[in-house]
Order: sequence, then structure tokens, then C-alpha cells
Amino acid sequence: MAMNYSEKVMDHFTNPRNVGEIEGCSGCGTVGNAVCGDIMRIYLDIDDQNIIRDAKFKTFGCGAAIATSSMATELIKGKTVQQALEVTNKAVMDALDGLPPVKIHCSLLAEEAIHAALWDYAEKNGITIEGLEKPVSDISEHEHLEVVSDEEDL
Amino acid sequence: MKQVYLDNASTTPVRQEVLDAMLPYFMDEFGNPSSIYPLGQSASDAVAQARQTIADLIGVKPTEIFFTSGGTEADNWAIKGYAHANKQRGRHIITSAIEHHAVLHTCQALEKDGFEVTYLPVNPDGLISVADFKAAIREDTILATIMFANNEIGTIEPIAELAAAAKERGVAFHTDAVQAFAHLPMNIGELGIDMLSASAHKLNGPKGVGLLYIRRGTKVDNLLDGGQQERGRRATTENVPGIIGFAKAVELAIGNLEAEYNRQLEIRDYAIRRILDEIPHAKLNGSWESRLANNINFSFEFIEGEGMLLQLAARGICTSSGSACTSGSLDPSHVLLAIGLPHEIAHGSLRISLGRDTTKEDIDFAIDSLKNTLQNLRSMSPLYEDYKNGHYAGIMDGYKNSGMANVN
Repeated sequence: MAMNYSEKVMDHFTNPRNVGEIEGCSGCGTVGNAVCGDIMRIYLDIDDQNIIRDAKFKTFGCGAAIATSSMATELIKGKTVQQALEVTNKAVMDALDGLPPVKIHCSLLAEEAIHAALWDYAEKNGITIEGLEKPVSDISEHEHLEVVSDEEDL
Repeated sequence: MKQVYLDNASTTPVRQEVLDAMLPYFMDEFGNPSSIYPLGQSASDAVAQARQTIADLIGVKPTEIFFTSGGTEADNWAIKGYAHANKQRGRHIITSAIEHHAVLHTCQALEKDGFEVTYLPVNPDGLISVADFKAAIREDTILATIMFANNEIGTIEPIAELAAAAKERGVAFHTDAVQAFAHLPMNIGELGIDMLSASAHKLNGPKGVGLLYIRRGTKVDNLLDGGQQERGRRATTENVPGIIGFAKAVELAIGNLEAEYNRQLEIRDYAIRRILDEIPHAKLNGSWESRLANNINFSFEFIEGEGMLLQLAARGICTSSGSACTSGSLDPSHVLLAIGLPHEIAHGSLRISLGRDTTKEDIDFAIDSLKNTLQNLRSMSPLYEDYKNGHYAGIMDGYKNSGMANVN
């Protein structure tokens, strides 16, 4: 089955934004695992006003995983920590003009990676971010995210 | 944009000579072979001639060849047809863990019908052990079905030995030869097998036509009931242009088999050596020695297959992957898992399959592009970052340290 990726997904896959690392980052989170074929790592540079000045990512995964990482980092740059928390998997998907049903988990992973990086930031600074729960997926845990999809199994 | 087609195990272009042979049978010689008037009879004669041509080329009788809609139908027919026709003798079937889904899913369907199936494991090269095979044969084993050569990793199985072992115990032997038929020298009549499936579009013939060889005296139920076509064994009006094209494709392929085999072998080995020499963290999947001349399959560490395929496609290179991400499922290929690859590197596999149009220049272009693609994907891979920082051991390094062959 050929993947039906939108033009935006292909654009963000072919020319991903914000690839890289941030030395001495404010927060860094990694989710997913290599066994399942997806790992996302997001680095955040957050200033004292709680604004995300920069976001970078590294991703091991399919075209959709790379595109959602790229879009997720784009969506949170310049936002406050609280606003970044509101960037859901659906927001990432919508910004990419949708994903094939079998790839929806990639957008969940992107949301989870943002949360993991924010969690790391909160822990480093001994603060609590309202509404942020401890991320569920860790590189070492081999957990599978629930895939939320209206479509039937393919 | 330049396009380099390196997915010939998936399908091949129809040759001009094949198309030319087929064309008259669409409009001028369009008759139904079952009709009594000359238009029907000439179609019937053409099908008979095509059957004779193929039979002569592969060392069997024309009455042992049954045309089908392709490899999948031939596999279904052989396995289900034999199982149901012989179930009073037993209900056990032997196959392998690396079969094509046309065989695996057919066996699973039979399991639901009360048959028992043994799925033989393979060694890290993808080879089935003849000893394992012999040990798996039981009193109630009626059929064994083992592929001639694997479609993903190109491993050629010891078919003659397996067939001999089956025969010794009175077990019928079927082989899915879709990847090997008219690619490898074989005299099917002398191979000691009972049934063989083949498909036209893997050898520059048309899609939608294949064949099942059924050795004379082998009891097989029909899959399609209806008219009296194929001597009452397979109903449906014959795909006359397809059959004509199939025969032409077999004739051309076998006529030049040795030269083309050697030509592809040289390109294949050149490509394997180049990849092993120039791309770090790469592993050749499947046996190098017992391997189809047109198959190259590698795993590359730290990257995932779909991203690699998409980037190669953007550079005009058509290949496929062992990663099932491209097929709508998230699990890696059952073949790569069966040869013992961990999920982490089974996800990052690439199959390059050569065809009669493939040149060394094509391969050089593809490998140059592959190097760029991998560099790019690795530069954004957190696993590669961890590896460089010493936080991740790397699977290929483990292979290298254990002295495994064909790993870089």
C-alpha cells in the first residue's frame, strides 16, 4: 500500500525544520522505542518568562514521524510553556493537513515528546506545570501508545 | 527526473517482444478458445502452443501445466486443492516461516479448516535445514510447501533435497517458485517435485497470469468450479493474450538465462561489496552464496525503512523495504524476524532487486543516493546521537565483534 501523505507531510519530511540538538537545553524528552520503530527526542530552550525560545528535534522513524516532529517543534516555538501544553496531537495533525490512519500514532508520539521535554524542564527547575502529567512513553519502557482513530483497523 | 527502477522482485516491465506477441489476441484473434468456429479454434491452438512452449522449456508435459491468474492463485490451488483431496490420509502440512503470504495465509486458512501446519524455522541466512524438515515429517503429513527462493532476502532453498526427503516419506511437495522461475536454471521434471507455482509478471511478462505445474497423478481438488477449461481443472475463459505473453516471456528469459544470470550476478556482487565497503553499520540479509542473482537486501542501523524509501523515491530510485510501514502494518517483515534480526534493525531494511534493464550505472547512482540518504537520516536520528555519545551500544557493532560475516 502506498502511503498517501499530504503535501505538507511530504514538505516537512523532505525539508524538516528544527533538526538538531540544543546544548545545555532547558528541557529534553525522548519517547518511543526502537523496537516499535519510532523514537522522538525534543530539546527546548525556555527563557525566564517561560517562553520557548527554541525547539529542536531528533527522530528515528518513518516519514510521518519526522514530519510530525518537525511540525510539533514549529508549533511550540515562541509559545509559553502553558500554550505548548495545549498543542495536541490533533493540532499537529491538522497543521499537516492530516495523516493516514495507520500513522496517527506518530502525532501522539509528538505530543508526548513535547510533554516529556516539558516534564524534564519542570523537574530541572523544581516547578510544577499545571496540567502536565508524567509522560507515559519512555525509550526504555517499550510501552505502546493507544492509537486514537475513527478508522477501522487496516 | 531520471528514474531508476530497482524493484524487479515486485514486478517487471513487459518486454516489447512480449507485448507484440500478445496484441493480436486482443482485437483480431479475440475468440473464445472453447468456441467451435475457426476464430475460437485459432485462440485454442495459440493457448495449446503456449503451453507446449513452456512445457518444453522446463522439462514437463504440457498436460501438467495449468494456467492461473497468477502466483497467488497457483499457491492457493496447490495447497488447498491438495490438502482437501488428500485429507483422508492425514491433515498435517509442513511449510516454512519465511513463505510469501500467498502460502502463509493459505496455510492459516487451512488451520481454521482443521489442518495442522508446522512452520519450519530458518537459519540466519534464511536457509531451511533438510534435517529439520525430515524431523518434521509425521505419519499424518500429506503435503510440504517450501518456496524455491525467498522474495525478500533472495535465499535459494535446497529444493531438490527437500523434495527427495518428502518423496521418501510419501509426502507431496509443492514449491512457490515465483521469484526463481525462469531466473534460475531448473528442469522441473527432474527436480522431483509434485507442484510448482510461477507468475508471468516477475519475468517481463504481463500481470494477471501465472501457472501451476501439477505432476501427473497428483490428486488435487479444483479451486474454481465452472466450465471445462484447463481440461476441467480450472474454470474461467482463458486469459488468451496473457497466456501468449507468458509463454513468450518464458521463451525469451530461458533463451538467455545463463548470460543474464551472470550479468546480474556481477552487478549484484559489485553492489554488495560497495555497500559493505562504503556504508558503515550495514548488514547483508540472507545468504550470499545461495542467493538469487537479482536480490540485494540490507539492514542499516539507526534509521527506519520508510523514511529511506521515501528519500530514495524523491531521488528517482524505486526500491522496497522489509519495513512493513510501507504496507500499512507496523510490524517488521516476518522474513527478517525469522532470520533473527531484532526489530530495531528489521525496521531499517532495503531491498534492491535487479532486472534485465538494470545497469552498473543505475546501481552506482542508487548507492551514491543511498549514502546521502542514510547520512541525512542518521544526522536526525536520536539513536545515532546516542551511539556517538556512547549511550547506545549499536547492534551492528555487536555483530561485528561476534565475527558475523557480511556486516560493516
